[in-house]
Amino acid sequence: MTEITILGSGVAGLCVAAELSGRGCRVTVIDPDTGPGPQGCSWWAGGMLAPDCEGETAEEPVVRLGRQAAAWWQAQGAAVTWNGSLVLALGRDRQELDRFARRTENHTLLDRDGLAALEPHLAERFPRALHMQAESHLNPRQTLLDLRGRLLERGVRFLPDGPTQGTVIDCRGLAARDSLPDLRGVKGEMVILRTPDIALSRPVRLLHPRFPLYIVPRDDGVFMLGATQIESGERGRASVRSVMELLNAAYALHPAFAEAELLEIGVDARPAFADNLPRIRQRNGRIYVNGLFRHGYLLAPALARMVGDWLLDGKTPEVMDENHGER
Amino acid sequence: MPVFYGTDLSSRMMLGTAQYPSPSILAQAFRRSGAGIATVSIRREAGGDRAGADFWDLIRDLGVAVLPNTAGCHSVREAVTTAHMARELFDTRWIKLEVIGHADTLQPDPFGLVEAAQILTEDGFQVFPYCTEDLVLCDRLLDVGCQVLMPWGAPIGTGRGLNNVYGLRSLRAHFPDVPMVIDAGLGLPSQAAQAMEMGFDAVLLNTAVAKAGDPAAMAEAFALAVQAGALARDADPMEPRDMAAPSTPLLGQAVLS
Repeated sequence: MTEITILGSGVAGLCVAAELSGRGCRVTVIDPDTGPGPQGCSWWAGGMLAPDCEGETAEEPVVRLGRQAAAWWQAQGAAVTWNGSLVLALGRDRQELDRFARRTENHTLLDRDGLAALEPHLAERFPRALHMQAESHLNPRQTLLDLRGRLLERGVRFLPDGPTQGTVIDCRGLAARDSLPDLRGVKGEMVILRTPDIALSRPVRLLHPRFPLYIVPRDDGVFMLGATQIESGERGRASVRSVMELLNAAYALHPAFAEAELLEIGVDARPAFADNLPRIRQRNGRIYVNGLFRHGYLLAPALARMVGDWLLDGKTPEVMDENHGER
Repeated sequence: MPVFYGTDLSSRMMLGTAQYPSPSILAQAFRRSGAGIATVSIRREAGGDRAGADFWDLIRDLGVAVLPNTAGCHSVREAVTTAHMARELFDTRWIKLEVIGHADTLQPDPFGLVEAAQILTEDGFQVFPYCTEDLVLCDRLLDVGCQVLMPWGAPIGTGRGLNNVYGLRSLRAHFPDVPMVIDAGLGLPSQAAQAMEMGFDAVLLNTAVAKAGDPAAMAEAFALAVQAGALARDADPMEPRDMAAPSTPLLGQAVLS
């Protein structure tokens, strides 16, 4: 039986653990916290599985590989909500919606009635919306905790430290920067709110030239607002300006958010390479899976599958990269 | 080619470094445009412990002159503090001075701008002020020691081109020897060519390139337009006329009214 040690229990580590343990490997996950939690940036994610929307700025592999994500998560037992997502723009930014539509695929343009059928609370304020019908979302924290539970049942061990056995797969995200000098952090700030005054059934993106926002609905009237994207590796210190921008945008989306309860302000930095694309890299006797940027839940399944195909079937991964010096 | 504070530039194009899909695409935009100066904001990226250092290293690796800016600063004090941070980080006396007066349109605060420019100039900085095309404001900026002016074409990020052609033409004519860069508001290469034809020394672009579907291609398109406009300017273009003027004489049909 192939022996595997995975470092890190964020979304990358858990996906690789799920894939390899599911294909018969003996897997140990080493993480000082022995599981997912606020110390890792995937804890602060939105949980949108939105490959089509990401295609606005992301490169082709993100869209193509990201389309595999929702089915993979569902096969792992995650509660994936397949309601698509919506893209909106405020009155004076309406050309942003046209630009977004030009640069993305798999959407239909809704008029006010079409929007009302999907999200009645938004229809009174927005005459047009793009419906990205193939997209889905999940609750990231619940998904990671559930996945860890299923991995434990499957015999995967979670240890705070200890000797590494067999093949070592380093999924530590930004913490692996000591051995991946071309990895950088991209700071993101987010807010979690609760209000019974508005209901949404799917993620909503509000386009804006300076303050774009997405809102992901969770259970019990909870909403996640995200996220800033700042070229900084700082993993703490949400700024007033950033939070104010997120809250302003939410208020512009719907005034009901003004009376929402502020549950959490979160901040962390996403691990990214210079092209914002992920890498599987072999170096110093370790395999690194890193650089998922803002696409952790979207791309970790594809990367996990590639690691499995490589280690077990000898197929070279598409995102394999051994040139660690490049910038 | 323009000379800024005694430094000869090899390009009339300056590129901002914000909003690109990735640092790799940003680097491609620089390569394809041949832009000679990169502006970089530091106010927000600085963080507690110089956490933006990785990105700044990427900017330094572009191999072009770095012009740090005070983007996002809404007061004189904030702009001056940020300029000092920039001088330390990039080891340069250059500072692109932005003092924002209006949060929505990002219009410069002309009063704060003059005040901050004076403080920074006295402190040894070489200030590139982001200003409007207002003649009196520009005069005051020169009075306090600025040797370069960066009037807007239109508000930041609007892509509307040269909103006040008359004002810009007048500014150019009043200070023929001051290097001037059209900063902000350009959306299309044709607008950059127009700025060059009017005698401006350079253009600074960010949104128009970074937010294009193919930023690297758009950067090259701007570079070609800037080159075309500057070449046309040097070639002394004809003046527009109110009537058709045949290239070859039409004997017996002249109308001289």
